[in-house]
Amino acid sequence: MNFSGDLPLRADNAPLSIDDNTAPVVLQLNGISKSFGSNHVLRDVSLKVHQGETVCLLGPSGCGKSTLLRCINWLEVPDGGTVHVSNQRMGVRDGSAHKMTDAELARSRARIGMVFQHFALWPHLSVLHNVMEAPIHVLKRPRDEVRAEAESLLNRVGLADKINAFPSRLSGGQKQRVGIARALAMKPDVLLFDEPTSALDPELVGEVLGVMRGLAEEGATMVIVTHEMEFARQVASRIVFMDAGEVIRNRTSGAVLRRAANAAGTAVSRALPGTSRSASGVMKTAPHDRGAAACLIQRVPPIARAPCRPPA
Amino acid sequence: MGDFLIVWQQRGDVLEGLAGTLGLLVVSAIASLVLGALLTPALMSRRAAVARLATLYVDAMRCAPFLLFVYLIYFALPSAGIRMSNWWSGAIALILYNTAYMAELLRGAWRELPSSMIESGRAYGFSGFTLLRRIILPPVFTSAMPMIGNQVVQIVKDSAFLTIIAVTELTHQMNGIQATYFIPFAAFITAIALYWAICLVIESMTGLLSKFAEERRA
Repeated sequence: MNFSGDLPLRADNAPLSIDDNTAPVVLQLNGISKSFGSNHVLRDVSLKVHQGETVCLLGPSGCGKSTLLRCINWLEVPDGGTVHVSNQRMGVRDGSAHKMTDAELARSRARIGMVFQHFALWPHLSVLHNVMEAPIHVLKRPRDEVRAEAESLLNRVGLADKINAFPSRLSGGQKQRVGIARALAMKPDVLLFDEPTSALDPELVGEVLGVMRGLAEEGATMVIVTHEMEFARQVASRIVFMDAGEVIRNRTSGAVLRRAANAAGTAVSRALPGTSRSASGVMKTAPHDRGAAACLIQRVPPIARAPCRPPA
Repeated sequence: MGDFLIVWQQRGDVLEGLAGTLGLLVVSAIASLVLGALLTPALMSRRAAVARLATLYVDAMRCAPFLLFVYLIYFALPSAGIRMSNWWSGAIALILYNTAYMAELLRGAWRELPSSMIESGRAYGFSGFTLLRRIILPPVFTSAMPMIGNQVVQIVKDSAFLTIIAVTELTHQMNGIQATYFIPFAAFITAIALYWAICLVIESMTGLLSKFAEERRA
């Protein structure tokens, strides 16, 4: 992904539905299951994310969203199922049943950016060095080049004046923007966001969502676990609802369809008459079908602002 | 005051002792900190055998009286065919003994680190030694800074025991002066004052480093 260049807005080539998406598949989860003791956190979850998609994972606390996200980069090792990132299998050596060594796993993880709920910045490093650390020491890229990129990324997330500050001196919103810059500096194939705004004071949520919105518009491939319904509705190209460890709804969001409709005019409404269920169980929604989306949102129980973690 | 004058006249011996103590201090503080940092990952190892072995060493050192340990190094090693000077016997005793304490206090700091920080290191592709070196140990050191300072003070005090194997250090030299001129009060008070001065220097250095560490903490 090239984040510094001017990528076309998603609206120009927005997918009308998941099945019509011809962009390459970046992330593919197949039959992921995970238990903690007798607690089945994930049951047979499958998900496909195409390049340039912004997928929001919604659902009540404790439904397995965060665990699913952590299974993608093997921070949690799934009990069953497979994860492919850019056609490379995670955790298991291709073509064999052997587990990856730590070093192999680390190389796979370097292709996935992750933004954490509690930021998880490295406190001993300045803002600039938080962003530069992994590109230099993991990707072994030249320092000067990395530094220039890190500065421009920090500039982009509005932290140009904080590059020499340490994380302990930043507000939550600033920390999370450093977290996003740190993820982007790795030029990952896919970006994972684990409730990026749940630990923030309400007045700081907007600045982080604003950065994420910008990324979505530039065509970054993102999977976002969030409780921000309005954000998901506006920015996601697809919204996946989870409950009790299962995907209960997986649908192209109204936002994309509306954008596509603006681009393609009435052709869209002819192509998608009303709502239908495809063979894969994926909901297709027509641009005018906002009532259905509203119903769907109401189906979800009131969301507690608590981290989505399984009981230990 | 006359007694202190005698001590002053013997200042050559006093300075020699002070230099000996400072030499032991610098060598053993650095070495035990480095070895402790290398031992800590073994203490935290997921491999049970490695962790048990490391813990055994740390527990053995922490339960052994330092004086006995010095005797062991000084008398037992030569009988096993390993010979070295008194100074090195003393330094090695200090290093091995304090390595255990350093490792233990670094382990404590490591346990207190927010696990999310190490997890984000893994998520960004760090593993093995690079993870240790770049992500784990720096914050372990910054948060352990005051305790490391305490342990260095402990090394200063432990070094006084080395007089029993006749290492040229401060206690040994002052004991020599008091025995020669029968001025125990003046000699030992001077020694204590000098130890105190060393500790003040260590404490102010720790203070400066802690200030440096302050904003680098989680």
